[in-house]
Amino acid sequence: MATKIKEVFFNPFSKNNPVIVQVLGICSVLAVTAKLEPALVMGISVTAVLAFSNVIISLIRNTIPTNIRIIVQLVVVAALVIIVDQVLKAYNYQVSKQLSVFISLIITNCILMGRLEAFALGNKPWPSFVDGVGNGIGYAIILVIVGFFRELLGSGTLFGVQVVPQALYDLGYMDNGLMILPPMALITVACIIWVQRSHDKDLQEK
Amino acid sequence: MENLNLFIRSIFIDNMIFAYFLGMCSFLAVSKNVKTAFGLGIAVTFMLVVTLPINYLLNTYVLQPGALSWLGEDYASVDLSFLGLIMFIAVIASMTQLVEMAVEKFSPSLYASLGIFLPLIAVNCAILGCSLFMQQRDLGSAVTSMVYGAGSGIGWLLAIVGIAAIREKIQYSNVPAALKGIGITFIITGLMGIAFMSFLGIKI
Repeated sequence: MATKIKEVFFNPFSKNNPVIVQVLGICSVLAVTAKLEPALVMGISVTAVLAFSNVIISLIRNTIPTNIRIIVQLVVVAALVIIVDQVLKAYNYQVSKQLSVFISLIITNCILMGRLEAFALGNKPWPSFVDGVGNGIGYAIILVIVGFFRELLGSGTLFGVQVVPQALYDLGYMDNGLMILPPMALITVACIIWVQRSHDKDLQEK
Repeated sequence: MENLNLFIRSIFIDNMIFAYFLGMCSFLAVSKNVKTAFGLGIAVTFMLVVTLPINYLLNTYVLQPGALSWLGEDYASVDLSFLGLIMFIAVIASMTQLVEMAVEKFSPSLYASLGIFLPLIAVNCAILGCSLFMQQRDLGSAVTSMVYGAGSGIGWLLAIVGIAAIREKIQYSNVPAALKGIGITFIITGLMGIAFMSFLGIKI
């Protein structure tokens, strides 16, 4: 049992990563990763919502009629997202402004629906919680990697602190403005996929 | 005239896929061939045209701060805007269900061609995103929001048909093994996004 829980927790990190293997929840990866801080906040928010909605759905999984399960899932997720949204507005208004509609769009983040359908509906609360946290972290890892490269190459900062030294700029180095634009997030994700799949040959498509 | 401007702007300049990157999941998952991509595009456009005016009315007469003043003096100060999200998603989910039943009853051939895509639309972020943008931007009337929905939907349709056509061709190319399938699709989408940015400078 213990090894199974471990698998449920660690698989989404790389082998079954929600973003680069299951291809879920792409929209937010592209939109919020221009800077590292919003990317991290988004990762944490999604992890929280995912873990708790997994537990709630798993608790009531035997009482939901199958016909209306989508609406039930959406309502549970929406309620949790509203809580996260209000908390962010109260404690970190700056970041919540930057994320704008994307916090609300966690509701339609396919990772949530995907995990609820695929895991929470058929498993007990504890494994569902672990699965939610694991997938949330897997998602956050990708967000942070993409955010790291985009902020470093795009504006020469990390968490808003200047890291590329002034001396380099004096030598003629320039920030790559293209990295700030959303299309480069797609290409960065493609590079991550490339690296991961060259390493892990089972995942390559025929 | 203003509606026409909004229509063209939402197709090209504010394109849902290439400017906001919404509705990406189904965009990547259902773009393997042109025919199904076209079906999904039509379904999304239709849902946007139907749900946006409803959500607009809901927002104006129920959710906005002071929107309930038509009920009487006592309600003028009620602010229900925090319920926006849950109302919008409920409208979208129930409309999806309704449209599915209506299409199944009145046009079985269309139902057969759209098939599984109709229920999938409930979780397409382009639709909820469009409603939220509508709320943020204060579009003037229900008709304007319908135009905005139609424009965004057609923009989405163009994008998904475009990528599906490219993916059909690229099957014959020699792509590095690790990039095959989803990897190269990401890169193509990125390049298309950069191309669409040339529309950004246009002011209408």
